[in-house]
Amino acid sequence: MSMITDKELLKLYQTMLRIRMFEERVTREFRKGDMPGFVHSYVGAEAVAAGVCIHLDDDDYISSTHRGHGHCIAKGCSFKDMLAELYGRETGLCKGRGGSMHIADFARGMLGANAIVGGGIALAAGGALANQTRGTDRVSITFFGDGACNQGILHETMNLAAIWKLPLIFVCENNGWAESTPVSYSTSVPNISDRADAYGFPGVTVDASDTIAVYEIAEQAIRRARDKQGPTLIEAKIGRMMGHYLGDPEGYRPRELKTEAKTKDPIPPLESLLAAKKITKERDLVHFRQQIDNELTDAVDFAKTSPLPDGATVESEVYAA
Amino acid sequence: MNNKPDRLLSGAAAINETIHEAMDRDQSVIIIGEDIAGGAGLGGKNEGAMGGSFGVTKGLLESFGPQRVRDTPISEAAIAGVAIGAAAAGLRPIVDMMWSSFTPLAFDQILNQAAKMRYMFGGQARIPVVLRMAMGAGLGAAGQHSDTLYSIFTHIPGLKVVVPSCPSDAKGLLAASIADDNPVLFFEHMGLYGMKEAVPTSRYQIPLGKAKVVREGQDITIVGISMMVQKALEAATRLEEIGIKAEVIDPRTLSPIDDEAIFNSVRKTGRLLIVDESPPRCSIATDISARVSEAVYDALKAPIKRITSPHTPVPLSPPLEAAYIPSVEKITSIAENLIVEH
Repeated sequence: MSMITDKELLKLYQTMLRIRMFEERVTREFRKGDMPGFVHSYVGAEAVAAGVCIHLDDDDYISSTHRGHGHCIAKGCSFKDMLAELYGRETGLCKGRGGSMHIADFARGMLGANAIVGGGIALAAGGALANQTRGTDRVSITFFGDGACNQGILHETMNLAAIWKLPLIFVCENNGWAESTPVSYSTSVPNISDRADAYGFPGVTVDASDTIAVYEIAEQAIRRARDKQGPTLIEAKIGRMMGHYLGDPEGYRPRELKTEAKTKDPIPPLESLLAAKKITKERDLVHFRQQIDNELTDAVDFAKTSPLPDGATVESEVYAA
Repeated sequence: MNNKPDRLLSGAAAINETIHEAMDRDQSVIIIGEDIAGGAGLGGKNEGAMGGSFGVTKGLLESFGPQRVRDTPISEAAIAGVAIGAAAAGLRPIVDMMWSSFTPLAFDQILNQAAKMRYMFGGQARIPVVLRMAMGAGLGAAGQHSDTLYSIFTHIPGLKVVVPSCPSDAKGLLAASIADDNPVLFFEHMGLYGMKEAVPTSRYQIPLGKAKVVREGQDITIVGISMMVQKALEAATRLEEIGIKAEVIDPRTLSPIDDEAIFNSVRKTGRLLIVDESPPRCSIATDISARVSEAVYDALKAPIKRITSPHTPVPLSPPLEAAYIPSVEKITSIAENLIVEH
């Protein structure tokens, strides 16, 4: 295993900060009421998207979930394109046809968020199949939540990926809750990674508040896939710092569990590490925040001043010509 | 096209030839499905011996190898999903779903993923995947192996639906389906597999969305779906013996549908009979009836009539199965009544 470099540490931090600040801004803007649809926040899970995607290029594929903003940002999607999509604008990544839950960026290998729980798992396997058939060393990642762990498609795809040794990494973002249902109730094993045993490939659980641990485990799994050794299941245990969706009153979750989840925030320990290693000074962090904040302000302005789609185009893009 | 003589080919052989040609010509075409080789992974001379439950994929493993001919476990959802994902990633997969009745196991992947990806993602995605499947009553396969589910998929925007009625059409329509950049559901009637016909040796495509006037006539239009085209032709021969000239139309594809071909025929004949092997509610027969009545009502001399299966699952016992499938006798007598009574 290669040691993480200072440069990579800084990149991880910046990506995570970009995700966090994007989500915080979206939360504020969403509450104003002029953003259509549903929004699910990635806050608290930043180390997973950043720690996995830092090892990928544009020609590696990912499939994402309804909670997919972090994956988009880590895969390189721009704030402007994303925010315009969230606001349903013609300039959005999906021309306002998809929104938060169906955002995609094929140019960056981002094969789509997915509003069907588990819906993207087999699609990423298809990306892996394409890579394998072409004989490249490119890989596919499928991100999914603990809610998807009890979907049949996961079983079918894990088995298929195992027998074909697909270059596919299953990344389960376990935040402990499938909407209102605790994973302790819904799932038959204490660690979701235990299920990899049933398919004969490695499964590993990582604490997603430990960014470096996520980075290292993802690196191993991705190297294994590039070396044609087949799939890995990574379970990243995340503190769900917010509700299921923006506006979720969360009457079902005891206050102490909410408080405990907030102690799992991956960003403060990473900031301490950067300071301890003298990679950043306090004024650098202020500067980063200012830069990202400015970029977000520009992107929100861009989105809100972008044209809405013309209703007359409702039938366009159903079929490829 | 070259000028080689046509030969008699079964529907199964015509489809097999088309897949061979497509895979030979384009490395990005792969095929995936249950039992499409047989003996998968054993590597010996028995591997590939089966060539699909109906022998349609015979010889592909030998020609193209296990990377491009992917025999699968019984996992319909993953099979469809992996193929759809591979299509999004630039391959042109052909999926062998075995039976139409098995598509519900993969319905999320077809409805929520394949059909919607292009639209939801603002036109970024191309999903050039063909899901082939056998269908149809008449073999005693009963409830869970005989459904003709093309109407369900015709309802879904983003999919194309193809229903060949003879081996030569199956070849040209499948070639066009593989070349298409959209998800295509390709329905192969069990009756088609054994039917023999002169099929051109050359490679050719039949465009999706273009109906064929299979037989011309001016007294009544009979639209047949899939193998019901053959029954409509038989009925037309009998009708001619009593002086009725029926025009038989094969839509060939249900999505897109060639409205104009049907409308033009009805403008000429003033009468429409639709023959469809699937149940009558919210079906392609009902859809064609509505489209014609909205567009060319003034041309109609008689009410539009549909002959479909009853609203039941497909039964096992031969007399029940015979009662399920629209018969030549029924088509002939209803067509005659439409003319005599109106």
